[in-house]
Amino acid sequence: MKKIARAALLAAAVAGIASSASHEARAQASRETLKTVQGRGVLNCGIGTGLAGFGIADASGTWRGMNIDFCQAVAAAVLKDAGKVKFVSLSSKDRFTALQTGESDFIAATTTWTMSRDTQLGLNFRPVYYYDGQGFMVKKATGIKSAKDLSGASICIQQGTTTELNTADYFRKNSMKFEPVTFATNNEATEAYESGRCDAFTTDQSVLYSERMRFKTPDDHLVLPETISKEPLGYIVRHGDDQWLDVISWAHYALLTAEELGVTQANVDEMREKSENPDVRRLLGKEGTFGQALGLDNDWAYRIVKAVGNYGESFERNLGQQSLLKIARGQNALWSNGGLQYAPPIR
Amino acid sequence: MTDATTEMAPFAFVRKETLEQQPAPLSVAGPLAWIRQHLLSSPLNIALTLICLYLVIDTVPGVVRFYFLDAVWSGTSRDACLAEKVGRPVGACWAYIADRFQYFIYGSYPISQRWRVNIVFAMFALGVAWLLWTNAPKKKLGIFFFFVLLPISAYVLLLGGPGAERFLGICLTLALALAALYIVLSFVPQLVKFYIGEAAVGVVQQLPVWKRFWGPKRLVLFALVVFGCLSLLVNSPGLPRVDTGLWGGMTVTFLIAAVGIVFSLPLGVVLALGRRSKLPIIQLLSVIFIEFVRGVPLITVLFMANTMLPLFVPQEWSPDRLLRPLVGVALFAAAYMAEVVRGGLQAMPKGQYEGAMSLGLGYWSMMRLIILPQALRIVIPGIVNTFIGLFKDTTLVTIVGIFDFLRTIEATLVDPTWATPTTRSTGYAFAAIFYFLCCWGMSRYSIAVEKRLAAGQKR
Repeated sequence: MKKIARAALLAAAVAGIASSASHEARAQASRETLKTVQGRGVLNCGIGTGLAGFGIADASGTWRGMNIDFCQAVAAAVLKDAGKVKFVSLSSKDRFTALQTGESDFIAATTTWTMSRDTQLGLNFRPVYYYDGQGFMVKKATGIKSAKDLSGASICIQQGTTTELNTADYFRKNSMKFEPVTFATNNEATEAYESGRCDAFTTDQSVLYSERMRFKTPDDHLVLPETISKEPLGYIVRHGDDQWLDVISWAHYALLTAEELGVTQANVDEMREKSENPDVRRLLGKEGTFGQALGLDNDWAYRIVKAVGNYGESFERNLGQQSLLKIARGQNALWSNGGLQYAPPIR
Repeated sequence: MTDATTEMAPFAFVRKETLEQQPAPLSVAGPLAWIRQHLLSSPLNIALTLICLYLVIDTVPGVVRFYFLDAVWSGTSRDACLAEKVGRPVGACWAYIADRFQYFIYGSYPISQRWRVNIVFAMFALGVAWLLWTNAPKKKLGIFFFFVLLPISAYVLLLGGPGAERFLGICLTLALALAALYIVLSFVPQLVKFYIGEAAVGVVQQLPVWKRFWGPKRLVLFALVVFGCLSLLVNSPGLPRVDTGLWGGMTVTFLIAAVGIVFSLPLGVVLALGRRSKLPIIQLLSVIFIEFVRGVPLITVLFMANTMLPLFVPQEWSPDRLLRPLVGVALFAAAYMAEVVRGGLQAMPKGQYEGAMSLGLGYWSMMRLIILPQALRIVIPGIVNTFIGLFKDTTLVTIVGIFDFLRTIEATLVDPTWATPTTRSTGYAFAAIFYFLCCWGMSRYSIAVEKRLAAGQKR
């Protein structure tokens, strides 16, 4: 027994030394992600394992989606080449660890920003690139036009999710009754709804749209306009590296600002040369030294727009009207169009 | 006496010839009798037959109609598989499989580099055929090819980049050095007299120069040819590094299964011998390893490898994301293999050990020549069982974000390009066919091997 105890102690000591050494190295790396990435010459971008519109491999195995666009935008800004990205595909179970250990430089997967994740995991969620929320889908034939009409309806829900809790909260708040019909997986819930087991089906809106395409007659179904929960999807970086947080945040804000100013992938060269608008000149590095202050050079935003277009272009290409999903901009419209996407001014 | 009596008999009805053979009556032979005997022999059997008949009639036509008659075989987008666009009921959407077939095989491996994967597949097929074909020529060369040259080539070809090129350079230099050594030895075999003994040198000197040390020379020559071809590939089209994050599909499934199978058997044998060893430390270590690994689910091992390990080691030391589950799966399978092999070792009668020892064989010779060949033959079903289990367990690497075959199928299921009501059932049916064919093939092969090896010992 004594022998075993001693061996265990030794093993623990070795592991402790190894982990404390690695901890130091990691702390060092986590403070200087920008330098690390530039030294490495490749951006390790943590993405999900496949979600339509956000990040999914096409027939040739190339990743496409809004998250992928953003990874390329950051690579364009930091490494001057949108192609220098290594996509690290992470399941929802190991994505936070991969970031903490430095296996990926930041995470662009569809992860909801919640308080506990932000405060307890040593991570920073910023900025919100997509405002998702839970919605309802009903059959058009029922004549229901609003979630307020759902009183007394039976609703197909996935068990044990925040979706279930949100639904209960919503109906209690509006003093309405509903009859939950719960299933272990989202698939089963979808199929049950389609086969007529329930009057309505609820999950995140972006998923509602892609699930609807699987139905035999998608046009017979309607996604109700109400959003009953907040699911802000954010990019994630490690705690303790404010410069890198700035780079990621401003890469997103550059995309938004470009859309706001009408700078697109097609006209960015022309705008850079000819535009007299001071906002455009500042964004594209013709005036001021905003890029240098970020630790990059002044063409950073030009390269971003050149590589992936502006936020609106990326949205329409992957989620919006040019894609098969046809998701409306909704809350993800610019603030000037009544949405929530708002970039601080570049000045 | 009897003969005489028959001869003398006055009666004409005594037959002189035997009757011609008649077919058995319908009640004991023929299809009707077979049905009666096997399907309708008792009330219970009649009931069971009826139930089975009902199940078959109920399911088979539907399955056939869905997967074949109503299936869509060609098309480029979901419109081809939507009932309202096609104007008829639509079954399985095989067009989707055809469209994504490349992805299922190679994952995200860059298209311009996929010929490298093809070469590895071809070499793998060659190696398997060489080893499985009973009467294949030069079996030893085949074993050397499969267990030494193939892994090296696969590593160089699949991964590529400066690291792999350096490794190939080392291998090539080593092979060249060995070749030079054997050339020298061909002319002056006396140099190794101290090693192989005077008598053997005498035997060698009997042969013509070019035939001396022919066995090892052949292996070195073969290695030189393979490495030379690889170097040519490195030079002219070049082998840029393809990061393991891009690997996927059947390539990864076969890779994990092959690594697991190739490493688990020798490791398992060593662990089994260790567990039965009389040396206390070796025995203890083997027991701890086997019991520890068998005591945790594979998912835990994979999580440890991919989620915990990076927390303990510095970033630059942490092994590749694909290598970790490869090692995990191989060690996991080794622990199970060890117990299977131990079963075989324990089934060997003591007389075999004593017989071997009385011949003056040492421990390793006894194991290699007497015990293991017999013990392993006994446990072939168990070994193949572990292999099949391992092959199917490879799907678990999905949870650590690796795109194995099943994961590539699941990834395409959420793709709006092919979002149709029947995509899901088609994708999973394709996966089922693939896994069934692989596992069934392994099982048939093991049965054939058993029959061949046990030909002299049928009980």
